[in-house]
Amino acid sequence: MFIVGEKINASRKSIREAMERKDADFIIKVARDQHEAGADFIDVNAGTFVNQEAEMLCWLVETVQGALDVPLCLDSPNPVALAEAMKLHKGEPMINSISMETERLDALLPIVTSQSCRIIALCMARTAMPTTVEERVEVASDLISKLTDSGVPVEKIHVDPLIQPISVDTNMGLGALGAIRKIMSDFPGVNTICGLSNISFGLPERHLINRNFLALAMSYGLNGAIMDPNDNKLMSTIVTIDMLLGNDLFCEKYIEAYEQGILGKP
Amino acid sequence: MSDFEVLAQAVHKGDFATAVAETQKALDGGITIQDILDNGLIATMDEVGENFSKGTVFVPQMLRSAKTMQKCMELIQPFFKEAEVVSKGKVLIGTVKGDLHDIGKNLVAMMMEGAGFTMIDLGVDVSPDKFVQKIQEVEPDLVAMSALLSTTMPSMPLTVEAIQQAGVRDKVKIIIGGAPVTQKYADEIKADAYASDAGSAVSKAKELLGV
Repeated sequence: MFIVGEKINASRKSIREAMERKDADFIIKVARDQHEAGADFIDVNAGTFVNQEAEMLCWLVETVQGALDVPLCLDSPNPVALAEAMKLHKGEPMINSISMETERLDALLPIVTSQSCRIIALCMARTAMPTTVEERVEVASDLISKLTDSGVPVEKIHVDPLIQPISVDTNMGLGALGAIRKIMSDFPGVNTICGLSNISFGLPERHLINRNFLALAMSYGLNGAIMDPNDNKLMSTIVTIDMLLGNDLFCEKYIEAYEQGILGKP
Repeated sequence: MSDFEVLAQAVHKGDFATAVAETQKALDGGITIQDILDNGLIATMDEVGENFSKGTVFVPQMLRSAKTMQKCMELIQPFFKEAEVVSKGKVLIGTVKGDLHDIGKNLVAMMMEGAGFTMIDLGVDVSPDKFVQKIQEVEPDLVAMSALLSTTMPSMPLTVEAIQQAGVRDKVKIIIGGAPVTQKYADEIKADAYASDAGSAVSKAKELLGV
């Protein structure tokens, strides 16, 4: 599983405030906690700083990578901010995200292909959000062709099937799950990733829904999640499901997580 | 005022069949369209919206109630003209330019319709020009804008500006909402109101228009 820690996002109040006062220690702690809990990438997002996004995103990159040896997930649709952040980034970043929305695609494609990186390809079409399995797979296919034609290896592409709330349409779960299965089987080597919280919008006890959806999505082939790695129940679910799906030789990671006291902890 | 207890319960529970039968019964019993609408359907949807804002009713339940109301409306709408039913106001709604998210916008539109407003839905990715053009065409009382992304939020002030420049700003009230939007932002861009969810969008709209 590719685990992307989602917490350094300027839309969260504590993060925004830390960024405003350039509190490096606070940001580093949030990054370190996520990294130690098992995040493979740390997402950094400065989206709410409308006129200073590039500057703030660069500050996040320098701050986190100045203290920790961990790749980041550069989270912005802004070509200028991404280009500048990529230049500063050490190692191979993940880009969150590219989609088929024309303006965004045209502006981002030259940037994301200028150096080696992993790319989240969001199944957002030109004019609408896909809802069915077929619509999602069609957008995914377009995106994968665009990226591979531009020289991006398929193994570096992480397709986000676009999760929509089950509360407004009870077919949205199967729409996303079916798309994950089909994308993973139609494009060998490609990865899939998604955020977990959209699925549960509009319903109570959202953590319960998110966690169970993650388990189901993994069983349909999902191999990445943008999530809170400090949520022990979520991390326990990943370890358990990975083992049950045959991805944990001698159940080593499961037992290790048990010994670390992660399993069963709230 | 008539007793709409059974109708109200059916709308709350999303029981299409009973709600439609009760509406028909009211019509056959000579109860006025305005009475059925105001005291039967709208009053119930107001409660649903309030409960949603309070967190005791969830999105699927709200949808179910709104769909039930729509079924009842199909029965009474043909009589609107002769009964001279008055709308609470005309509302132009859309997701702003660059943004394709429509779930929140649709929930707001649905609840406003349920509250007795006449809705004109421009869909998603609506440019400032498109808003202005439609304002000039249909002369709404209220313009409602939605944005889900911090990156598309700046389309809101651009739209407010376009409305200003077209000289129709004083003819409409403007209400905004969406995940990254706040009351502070509404103040900054000189919108008239901010609503945090579909239930409060209805009550804010009523306040703004004094209905």
